[in-house]
Amino acid sequence: MNEYKNVWIYAQVQQGKLSPTAYELLTAGRKLADALGEKLVAVLVGYEVSRFAQDLIEHGADLVYVCEDRALENYLDDVYAKVLTDLVHTYKPNKFLLPATNQGRALSAKTAVFVGTGLTADATEVTIHTEDGQLYATRPTFGGNLMATITCAHTRPEMCSLRPMSYEKAPRMEGRKGEIISFPYQADKHTSLVKFLAFIKTEEDGLDLAEAEVIVAGGRGVGKPEGFALLKKLADRLGGAVAASRAPVDSGWIDYRYQIGLTGRTVKPKLYIACGISGQIQHMAGMSGSDVIVAINKDPNAPIMKVAHYAVEGDLYEVIPSMLETLK
Amino acid sequence: MHIVACVKQTPKSDNVKIDPATGCLIRSGAQSAMNPFDEYALEEAVTLKEQLGGTVSVITMGPPQAEAVLRDSIARGADRVYQLGDRAFAGSDTWSTSYALSKGIEKINSILPVDLIICGKQTNDSDTGHIGPQISAWLKWPNAAFVKKVISCDEHQMTVERLTEGGSEQVQLPYPCVLSVVKDINRPRVRSVKGRLAAKRAEITVWTADDVGADKEKLGIAHCPTRVVKSFVPKREVIASVVEGNTAKERGVKLIELLRENNYI
Repeated sequence: MNEYKNVWIYAQVQQGKLSPTAYELLTAGRKLADALGEKLVAVLVGYEVSRFAQDLIEHGADLVYVCEDRALENYLDDVYAKVLTDLVHTYKPNKFLLPATNQGRALSAKTAVFVGTGLTADATEVTIHTEDGQLYATRPTFGGNLMATITCAHTRPEMCSLRPMSYEKAPRMEGRKGEIISFPYQADKHTSLVKFLAFIKTEEDGLDLAEAEVIVAGGRGVGKPEGFALLKKLADRLGGAVAASRAPVDSGWIDYRYQIGLTGRTVKPKLYIACGISGQIQHMAGMSGSDVIVAINKDPNAPIMKVAHYAVEGDLYEVIPSMLETLK
Repeated sequence: MHIVACVKQTPKSDNVKIDPATGCLIRSGAQSAMNPFDEYALEEAVTLKEQLGGTVSVITMGPPQAEAVLRDSIARGADRVYQLGDRAFAGSDTWSTSYALSKGIEKINSILPVDLIICGKQTNDSDTGHIGPQISAWLKWPNAAFVKKVISCDEHQMTVERLTEGGSEQVQLPYPCVLSVVKDINRPRVRSVKGRLAAKRAEITVWTADDVGADKEKLGIAHCPTRVVKSFVPKREVIASVVEGNTAKERGVKLIELLRENNYI
């Protein structure tokens, strides 16, 4: 097992753009690499992705492996998992972090089976155990009611997907030097039976919830579909995104992709403004990791008012216009 | 069309209590049910069967009492049910669980060839989302995760739409393949009276690790690659600060001031 060296991070590229999770993984990975005295390595897979290599180096990577080909233009689970598996078999990393995005969750799971190693899902903290050098990955389970620390003692690399926004983005160090090694795409081997047909961009906002630093979320108290326009105004003003609890989604006021909570998305923004959301445990499971929680609710006894950092009693249709006015 | 839905018995989401001293789940009195995400998987399997004809099989892995989710599956429209029940499976992580399920599905496949496997996007007690992609990896079948819509399907292939960062993607898969689905995909139906009666009468097939030809060196807490070394209840040290003001309007102004003072905006 001693031949397994270095901390790897998977730098996800989606529709020709580098996912900001790459910079978060570089922060987490840098801590692990320094604790072990090993290199921090970024892995890029896709089409025309080598242009991101220097940027990753300037954000902390010592070495970047690039596998690029036209055939890798769109994400397909089996092709990408085969490429990562070959990279792992060739270069033998010690630890391997991926983002717990939709792509990262599926890709890490499949790769772990191909490689034959253990994987921890959706960790929010990763450390190196000082005595044995193992990866200790801590993650929320039971919808955030319990934290579990998970290890993988006997196989390498220890794999882990890391929840977006769990770590700060690594700062850029202009002119930082590193090595770039290209890894060949093998057309005969890196194949898929799945055919990619189309990407459909989410139109109205363009800002992905997982990446939003400010989220303005509405619940049953919004009362009507048009109410989300007001929330959107506030979100736009704060440079954030709109989301919802389950009730408005089930009522058909807003699409499921905006749902935060146990049956929806998990987010960890810097600021979460819950408007007319009572704060059921299922909703809290999806947003309790937010740095600062603001609750706006008519009911001062709503559960969310007890866990919010700032509890504002009042009708959201009075409070939000007043906030917008003050922000002018 | 032979579709296999994978389901798990888990604690009801609104019923989870953790002992703050030990960090363990308090199971006494905790009600169990089908993992809510698996309801969508089973519903989609039953819907596709109604469209294309065929058979829906359901597989679960768990202790003897987990047969309840299999009876529930029959009430919801499943035709055949199989339980992987063996001490050898106990304490498996996702790597080992997906291996065991893949062996069970191989056995189902030997009885009646399988075209499609459908899983829920994740469970409500572990939240990993690994099982669907990992079953596909063990079987070397193509897969798609976070599927929100089946756009079309015929006897040769299916086209689905999956959620991804910033949008969705349409992909086409040949059979046999594996899908994991999100709740967008359908609305699970109410159990029928006929289904409930069938559920009561159903014979549950229970298979051991040997029955499905699983390698015991890959199973259970003693052999799975990961283990939980510590669990604890997260500290929530938030002291809610009530934003002062005589009217809702005043409190709105005050809130923005507070957020600005603390550089949150």
